[in-house]
Amino acid sequence: MEEKNSFVREVAEKKYEYGFTTDVQTEIIEKGLSEDVVRLISQKKGEPDWLLEFRLKAFHYWESQEQPEWGHLQMPDIDYQAISYYADPTKKAADDGKSKEIDPELMKTFDKLGIPLEERLALSGTAVDAVMDSVSVKTTFREKLKEKGIIFCSISEAVKEHPELVRQYLGSVVPYRDNYFAALNSAVFSDGSFVYIPKGVRCPMELSTYFRINARGTGQFERTLIVCDDDAYVSYLEGCTAPMRDENQLHAAIVEIVVMENAEVKYSTVQNWYPGDKDGKGGVLNLVTKRGHLRGANSRLSWTQVETGSAITWKYPSCILSGDGSQAEFYSVAVTNNYQQADTGTKMIHIGKNTKSTIISKGISAGKSQNSYRGLVKVSAKADGARNYSSCDSLLLGSECGAHTFPYMDVHNDTAVVEHEATTSKISEEQLMYCNQRGIPTEEAVSLIVNGYAKEVINKLPMEFAVEAQKLLGVSLEGTVG
Amino acid sequence: MDSEKQYIELYEQTREMLCQHSAEPLNILRGQAFEDFRRLGFPTQKVERYKYTDVSEAFAPNYGLNLSRLDIPVNPYEVFKCDVPNLSTSLYFMVNDQFYDKILPTAALPDGVFVGSLCEAAKKHPELINKYYGTLARTHKDAINALNTMLCQDGLFVYVPKGVVVERPVQVVNVLRSDVDLMVNRRVLVILEDGAIIKLLFCDHAIDDRDFLTTQVAEVYVGENAHLEMYDLEETHVKNHRFSNLYCDQQRYSTAVLDSITLHNGLTRNRADVTLSGEYAETTLNGLVIADKQQRVDNNTLIDHRVPHCQSNELYKYVLDDQTVCAFAGRVLVRKDAQQTISQETNANLVGSKEARIYTQPMLEIYADDVKCSHGSTVGQLGDQAMFYMRQRGIPYDEARMLLKFAFAADVLQTIQLDALRDRLHYLVDKRFRGELSKCEGCKMCK
Repeated sequence: MEEKNSFVREVAEKKYEYGFTTDVQTEIIEKGLSEDVVRLISQKKGEPDWLLEFRLKAFHYWESQEQPEWGHLQMPDIDYQAISYYADPTKKAADDGKSKEIDPELMKTFDKLGIPLEERLALSGTAVDAVMDSVSVKTTFREKLKEKGIIFCSISEAVKEHPELVRQYLGSVVPYRDNYFAALNSAVFSDGSFVYIPKGVRCPMELSTYFRINARGTGQFERTLIVCDDDAYVSYLEGCTAPMRDENQLHAAIVEIVVMENAEVKYSTVQNWYPGDKDGKGGVLNLVTKRGHLRGANSRLSWTQVETGSAITWKYPSCILSGDGSQAEFYSVAVTNNYQQADTGTKMIHIGKNTKSTIISKGISAGKSQNSYRGLVKVSAKADGARNYSSCDSLLLGSECGAHTFPYMDVHNDTAVVEHEATTSKISEEQLMYCNQRGIPTEEAVSLIVNGYAKEVINKLPMEFAVEAQKLLGVSLEGTVG
Repeated sequence: MDSEKQYIELYEQTREMLCQHSAEPLNILRGQAFEDFRRLGFPTQKVERYKYTDVSEAFAPNYGLNLSRLDIPVNPYEVFKCDVPNLSTSLYFMVNDQFYDKILPTAALPDGVFVGSLCEAAKKHPELINKYYGTLARTHKDAINALNTMLCQDGLFVYVPKGVVVERPVQVVNVLRSDVDLMVNRRVLVILEDGAIIKLLFCDHAIDDRDFLTTQVAEVYVGENAHLEMYDLEETHVKNHRFSNLYCDQQRYSTAVLDSITLHNGLTRNRADVTLSGEYAETTLNGLVIADKQQRVDNNTLIDHRVPHCQSNELYKYVLDDQTVCAFAGRVLVRKDAQQTISQETNANLVGSKEARIYTQPMLEIYADDVKCSHGSTVGQLGDQAMFYMRQRGIPYDEARMLLKFAFAADVLQTIQLDALRDRLHYLVDKRFRGELSKCEGCKMCK
């Protein structure tokens, strides 16, 4: 018993590995949100008028709306006027006239996070766009990708360099009126990545964006837009961390993906925002709208997510399957511990004929956390031959946590086959006993079983991420046994 | 929508008449229910539990009410002959919301067992009615409960004292009979004391081609070691709107089987909330819906596991055709201390036409860790292979389709423990699939 206690104590005191802050001169605008602030952000980024107009429309819509409350979440009050909507850590360098060079402090930060911004040091085969607070710090391997016609840059640069593409696709998958947080993001979005894969090109390396919130009292509102043209392929990774702060930081992002005929996009996320301390203080509020539109025939999109961080996660990476024969997949592992809360899942909206979607969701709850799966499978009247399979399992580790499943199925077609199954259980005594018997200590056994349980999803991740995800699972769950 | 307004005005104008033709325990709760109804209004479709049914629209038309309790000239024994062959039951009738007491079954019930009018019971057993009436179906959150409580004047009361076993199933036939469009507010109170056993069969029929709007609120108490089987069979017509709220509370070691079968209807919304408040209680909730034309059926269930070691099984099957719109939402709530809970929820739907729609939502909400809970839900069609197999053997297309549909529905029918009733339902379902509305030969509605 004593041994168990000491183990629990040790882990409880274990720090969030990425909780440090970077001491870098950051330009932060005044707190608060108003039309002037929206104009100021747009001006700072030197945006064209059409984008400012888009922002203002979104802002006015946001003003007219109220924050939704239907999630299975205990949401702290968010004071939207107490947040600064723009923080630029690269400001100093730019002022010095050395805009090409990155502040060494920033370099160090990303090195510490294991994201080397020097191309020669980088993991071979991954191009990175590093975003700190509101600004993209650096995008690696741009030249090399350019040779193939691939555009990979921050969205601010894309607005300047490829306005026609951005204008065509921005807001076409997630309109600003979509929901409260989408409207907020559309009004104040700062940086994020823009990816365009031209027709018939197979992207030779993994593209990756790394998001980091650093400055105090700010929120991050990034916007990612991925367009994959006919017959093209890309695999995209997203990672994120934030320092430990005792206040809740807001992260309201939008990810839009457009997939054309015969194209394929893989989008993987390892979400490791600061989850708050063991008493539930602080942590990131992760309120994200992610959606892919499978426009072309036989297009494919897969979302894979490993969610271990954030005090509150509220997001539903979704797919609109309009192309005939398009296929969508959603693989998710969501882990909650301590006082974390997650209400996550997906929406599969079948519009095209013979479309197919698969949902595999694994929830793991520990401590005093609440973990919900909420998903919608909708088959419209025209979607003949639509097929969906959903399976969501929940694992409970501890008697004070909760695991919930809220699937919605709306079927308007007589040729659709929709299946849903869900189970909720704890780790069986037999499995533990079996491991113990063979000399595996209980903590390790739990970790082993959990990893096995999540394997189906983790296997879908690219190699580097899979390793990280596995480690994260271990860390997030340590100390939950006993 | 202003659907509420006419009911608020109605109550304000007829309050005295309502009370005059009712009983004291029912009148006591009227005032509060009225306040609650006025505050709540009809739920909009933004309210999660009413997402799939437009309540306001159903309550908007102007229906007549029989507030002064005029006698309806009908002899149900003459108009109703759809009995269950080979099933010997104690047969009772409710005409609209009145208990029909002119002719009662001759076979006596065991001592102490009461089946009769709620108002009558209020005189004979005031202590029971006062203790139980309105305690499960609370009015502060649900507008249908509030409306029913504020307007209902009578209903059915079933009481089985401690340790009494009622061998013969009790059949209660609810007959809707009226010459004008009518609103009926029926109340049901069932009390099984410790160790009591009873089988109840409710059949809903409408014998006049009029618009009917029924609200029914049933409160069911199942004591320790008690065993209840309750079958609710609806066979009304397309002009019928039914809103039924069933609340069941189970004590230790009790078992309850609650079946709801909708064979023919207009718009039906059944809500069933089961609370497992004693350990080792077991509950089975089954449902079968056969819908075609423009029928609408919305089943909404909640099983609340409050204590450890309980078990719940839920099986709902839907067969949809034509332009029907159906919904199933089943929520299983396992509270923090309800360890060792076993819960299984299944919903399967057979969609047979282009325009039919099904919304299904099987939900698990679990706060205890040592549980085994699962749910499954499917939407699909008849299997091609099975069809092929039958056609190959010379079974005509329509016949093969029917056989397969029948096999699909049989799962639910299998769970019915009254053999004769099961056979009868097999027969009715079979007829239903053949497009004949379970026509027997005698009664008025079948002619």
